[in-house]
Amino acid sequence: MVGIALYIVFFLTVVSIYAIIVMGLNLQWGYTGLFNAGVVGFFAIGAYGTAILSGPDNVRLIGGFELPYFIGVIGGILIAAAAGLIVALATLKLREEYLAIATFGISISIQLVALNFASLTGGANGLVGLPRPFYQFFTEPSVYSVFFLCLVLVFAAVVYVALERAVRSPWGRVLRAIREDVTAARSLGKNPTMIRLQSFVLGSAIMGLAGGLYVGFIGFVSPIDFLPILTFQIWAMLIVGGSGNNRGAVLGCLIVWGLWTASGYVISNLVPPGFQSRAGALQAMLIGSVIVLTLLFRPRGLIGEEDVISTHAGASATPALQADAAEKG
Amino acid sequence: MSAHILQIANLTAGYQPGLPIIRDVSMHVSKGEMVTIIGPNGAGKSTLIKAVAGLLNVEDGRVELSGSDITRISTHKMADAALAYVPQTDNIFASLTVDENLKLGAQALPKATARERVEEAYEKFPDLRKFSRRKAGVLSGGQRQMLAVGRALLTHPEIVMLDEPSAGLSPKMVDDVFAQLVALVKSGVAILMVEQNAKAAMRISDRTYVLAEGRNRLDGASDALLEDPQVTQIYLGRAGRKQ
Amino acid sequence: MPQALADGLLTGAIYALGAIGLTLTMGILRFANFAHAEMMTWGAYMALGVLTVFSLPSAPLGPLTFGWPLIGATVIAILLTIGLALLIDKLIFARLRGRVNHLTLVFASFGVALLVRNLISLIFGGEATYYTNTLQMAIRIAPGLRVMPDQVFIFCLSIVLVIAIHLFLQKTRLGLAMRAVSESPTLAEINGISLSRVVKWVWIIGGALAAIAGVLYGVSVQLRPEFGFQLLLPLFAAAIIGGVGNVVGAVLGGFFIGIVESMSVLVIPAGYKLAMPFIVMLLVLYVRPTGLFSGTSGGK
Repeated sequence: MVGIALYIVFFLTVVSIYAIIVMGLNLQWGYTGLFNAGVVGFFAIGAYGTAILSGPDNVRLIGGFELPYFIGVIGGILIAAAAGLIVALATLKLREEYLAIATFGISISIQLVALNFASLTGGANGLVGLPRPFYQFFTEPSVYSVFFLCLVLVFAAVVYVALERAVRSPWGRVLRAIREDVTAARSLGKNPTMIRLQSFVLGSAIMGLAGGLYVGFIGFVSPIDFLPILTFQIWAMLIVGGSGNNRGAVLGCLIVWGLWTASGYVISNLVPPGFQSRAGALQAMLIGSVIVLTLLFRPRGLIGEEDVISTHAGASATPALQADAAEKG
Repeated sequence: MSAHILQIANLTAGYQPGLPIIRDVSMHVSKGEMVTIIGPNGAGKSTLIKAVAGLLNVEDGRVELSGSDITRISTHKMADAALAYVPQTDNIFASLTVDENLKLGAQALPKATARERVEEAYEKFPDLRKFSRRKAGVLSGGQRQMLAVGRALLTHPEIVMLDEPSAGLSPKMVDDVFAQLVALVKSGVAILMVEQNAKAAMRISDRTYVLAEGRNRLDGASDALLEDPQVTQIYLGRAGRKQ
Repeated sequence: MPQALADGLLTGAIYALGAIGLTLTMGILRFANFAHAEMMTWGAYMALGVLTVFSLPSAPLGPLTFGWPLIGATVIAILLTIGLALLIDKLIFARLRGRVNHLTLVFASFGVALLVRNLISLIFGGEATYYTNTLQMAIRIAPGLRVMPDQVFIFCLSIVLVIAIHLFLQKTRLGLAMRAVSESPTLAEINGISLSRVVKWVWIIGGALAAIAGVLYGVSVQLRPEFGFQLLLPLFAAAIIGGVGNVVGAVLGGFFIGIVESMSVLVIPAGYKLAMPFIVMLLVLYVRPTGLFSGTSGGK
């Protein structure tokens, strides 16, 4: 029983951390219409940033500055934001897909740095013995797990509330107006590039935060925690729930991670060892199918955007603005 | 048999389903006739032409070309149906040469015919021949308009629809382009054009339709409407009551 | 140094073939197709599948490691790749085209890439394989410069295909129609061009070139289900620095990226080689966003 309870705690902690990433992506895609094809890269930057800043001193490593954990997390967030800034500055004024390609590029590059820059990242072995916040106050690891889940939930709640307020603020309305029609927003005297840049960098920072929390959760980082499939999983979570809606983002997270975990359980217990890698391919195809089928048949996801159906076609910015007014009433 | 080449009956259309810009608009063009559509900004003139060309969402009504229904025809099949359309701006391919622009417009025809027709266009607009190997992007406004009209004529249409052929041209060029259009009508091609330059267009056309707020408001012989005070009122009226 | 240049030209030739299809989809269909590189993987594995199913011998031609069986298998692989491309377009992309903002197509292609890549893993397993076990000796053609006969063949074939595509686009009616659609789909339709026909041909040409590039990659390196995924970044980089929609630019971009990659190993650790395309692309986007070889259309 305790085993199952602890497993549920573990599951929920992972879901909560991923939910934070999904909310960051939701800000970028759901509210701003920016395609980030390298989600895992920003998550990894936050994690490695935290690990390097707060990790134990080690003569073989450049990092290991032994800073307090939360300072490390803030550092990770700032580095992730800076990475977001670099790709966004290069691409936001250009064709929309350039951002997608550049973010894809950054995630590949981060993976290479994680694997090859061993004196900074520990290479394939990763960094170990990383601090876990408030660990010294607990004697019982299981109690600490529950505590850590609560800590992550608090962070997730803070991100949720902050984003909800942000997207309902005048800034958030401009964001959606831009997504619907860049020209119209510009004619309202708003600088679309600047506001999209802010949204993208903020989203990247939120992903960096999730990376920092992940380090606190498992106590080490290694390249296999940041495989490209994670980007696809996060995207599946976002659209299953419905982009443009933070409740949907959280719900999608539960569903997709639940599906992934369940299918992984089935494979490791029922599939003969020789076929496990092929079964793993089936699991990835499941994620791919979720993405494609949702786009085709339920583009608004399970919950969908709170306001009007977003056509993104953009004859004018007014539907979004009107919808905002309706939402207030 | 209908004497009209183009017959538009009760057309309702717009850019998005459920949001019609023009409502219940009817008009017709007879063989060899020049017809102008005028109206204040936002009257739906260009929308009407685009809807006829199959570029927009038609919700209701009917468009007939020489008696056959073309209401929801694919845009690329217009040429086969003897209807040609010259959009207002960006009506040529700037990255292609003048010659390529013309060859492209003649693609629906067999190769030998296409060659003849391109040659015809050069004869009609000698300026174009001088630039045949140059990218169309280097042409002047008037030359671009000639290329666009020359392209539209390649398939020997019975009717050409033009969206503001005088837009962005110098007064001298406007006269040239209008003279070309008059010559065109004399050769038997019907023209339906939208013009902001209302008076000049009415002077050369047989009949005029006045649209406002997406609906038919007035129509009649151009010379009669030129004198009609109601036309001015329609233009002013809209300015006084904002939509 | 000359060796790195020669290696770069060879890799560049394969990048160039892949990037042509990618730049055509970006220019004409107007979306960044993240599944394009998977078409290469698919083509490479379909050729392997044909060789395996019919248990064909490698029957090397002269100094090459392969012969008519692989060439025949490649022809079938081309057809199967075109088939897959058209099928995906019909089932997925065509339904999304024009319905919503075009980034949804990018998104869908992202999902399709994952599906195709793992379908290949599912059928063929995840291990690296080769078309043949024949070992090939490199020929010394100058001091410090060795090349394999296969590499020479691959390079020459790529050049021939690139010239053929260029002539096709410049000299044929269909090529002209494609260039027109790349500048303005609506105006092309008004000119009497059927968009659906052009779209179909973009997939046919892109799919065929992808299959050939995939087989060539399999011949010169090895087959792994992820190889397409790893080629995606160099291909995008080649298409972007060449100016989107510009076929000649994409080819030059492919060679440029290939050479930069292999020369970079002289200065930086080999592990970072794969990041070079990204760095070059980012620099180009900062300095000259229309690409290095512009004079192109289909950009913004």
